[in-house]
Amino acid sequence: MGGMKKLINDPADVVSEALQGMAAAHPDRLRVDLENRIVYRKDAPRPGKVGLISGGGSGHEPMHGGFVGLGMLDAACAGEVFTSPVPDQMMAATKAVDAGAGVLHIVKNYTGDVMNFEMAAELAAADAGTEVLSVVTNDDVAVQDSLYTAGRRGVGVTVLLEKIVGAAAEEGRPLQEVADLAKKVNDNGRSMGMALTSCTVPAAGKPTFELAENEMEVGIGIHGEPGRQRLPLAPARDIAAMLVDPVVSDLPYQQGDSVIAFVNSMGGTPLLELYLMYNEVAQLLDRAGITVARSLVGNYITSLEMAGCSVTLLKADDELVRLWDAPVNTPGLRWGA
Amino acid sequence: MGVDSFVSWLRDVAGSLHDNAAYLTELDSAIGDADHGANMDRGFQAVVGLLDETSFDSADELLKKAGMTLVSKVGGASGPLYGTFFLRFGTALAGVDLTPETIGKGLHAGVEGVLARGKAELGDKTMYDAWAPALDAYDAAVAGGSELGTALTAAAEAAAKGRDATIPLVARKGRASYLGERSAGHQDPGATSTTLILESAARTLP
Repeated sequence: MGGMKKLINDPADVVSEALQGMAAAHPDRLRVDLENRIVYRKDAPRPGKVGLISGGGSGHEPMHGGFVGLGMLDAACAGEVFTSPVPDQMMAATKAVDAGAGVLHIVKNYTGDVMNFEMAAELAAADAGTEVLSVVTNDDVAVQDSLYTAGRRGVGVTVLLEKIVGAAAEEGRPLQEVADLAKKVNDNGRSMGMALTSCTVPAAGKPTFELAENEMEVGIGIHGEPGRQRLPLAPARDIAAMLVDPVVSDLPYQQGDSVIAFVNSMGGTPLLELYLMYNEVAQLLDRAGITVARSLVGNYITSLEMAGCSVTLLKADDELVRLWDAPVNTPGLRWGA
Repeated sequence: MGVDSFVSWLRDVAGSLHDNAAYLTELDSAIGDADHGANMDRGFQAVVGLLDETSFDSADELLKKAGMTLVSKVGGASGPLYGTFFLRFGTALAGVDLTPETIGKGLHAGVEGVLARGKAELGDKTMYDAWAPALDAYDAAVAGGSELGTALTAAAEAAAKGRDATIPLVARKGRASYLGERSAGHQDPGATSTTLILESAARTLP
């Protein structure tokens, strides 16, 4: 194994220097609090609008900072690489985006994220009287037996949720309605991911796990944590089935269902391969009688430079599709605005 | 003993976690997300910064401030868990004489805070698997009339045994739980950092 090869200056400065870069690249849309490591929508808080906050470890870009802007998040708190942000950040963001309509915290189900957001919500309520509701995403079907785990991880559905719920908040819907919609999206979404390579956390300096040339890891999360199964490398059509089948059978998605289909790169897989994978996924869904209403293909919820992909399906009714199509203008996702 | 002993303890913990940062991260790489060493090191360096610029009159104020610093600086699950431990430990020491008994009550209050936050049970392959036997050993030593140093040494030794006993366990909490059976055969990083903190206590607090 060789040394770490990354476009960085000092491993300790990666997150803050990347945030400075976001501020420099998108001054028209974003305001970045470098001290607290919070990316704000430039015009937040918006009077009468529910504030949407998410956050998590860095290393998943464009999630979450890249999804701040019109039609998505009002603020995103950045932690260290793969480490939850701290309550101070979430409290500061909560206060800053609250325009009187309350704040929704969008939290991915990881022990650290949940604990830190819980502490922040308690402190914000005690301190400023801000009304805070939370939704915890937990769409990863690779995690089973949830009584004996920390529960399913929040992965790909988080991206779709931030887009759809962002559109609803933009329409001026009240906090409880926005939170209910968020729960509906999470309840109707499922994901599964796989890795061809590991990834290197800058502070660790070496890959989180080792994979031989002819191996792949199936059922991974988004933190370079090993998955449930190590298998021999297989053709894309077989890998697509390994991801789609457990997702489809879990909800289950049935013949006649309409879905938003999301094929995501873990960071290091080129679009050429990703579209090839999407083709396999689309064929499998077609054979199952599942209609793809909308699709999303690209790098949206990543694990540093890991090669691999994840598949997310969201069962979509007319309302969800309409909110999906609503204008969005963020660094990571933009259409109609 | 007084506040100076606790200052020495926290400085010694910072040194120990710094020296063991790569080791903790390596343990975390196997079953977690490879950040435990870096996070604990960053948190306790911030505690050292606090000690450098502030002087404390009492152990309870010191421990509470150290706990808040850890909550603010560590992140992940370790930040709320260790932060809560030191916050509750400090709160329990407010206005009492520092004796092996009161320190024992403080340790119990801290660990109860960890349990309230993390909802772990014995055998879940978490830091609690080191804390629980450590508290038992401490209590037994104090009940038998031991001095603080003897009791803390017994606690640290029991924590180390608890740490080692996490190796065959299948994780049921935290990120390691996602691995299911594959988490067996690896030592828990949280139980390891807990043992380092108690070993440091045995060296510096008495």
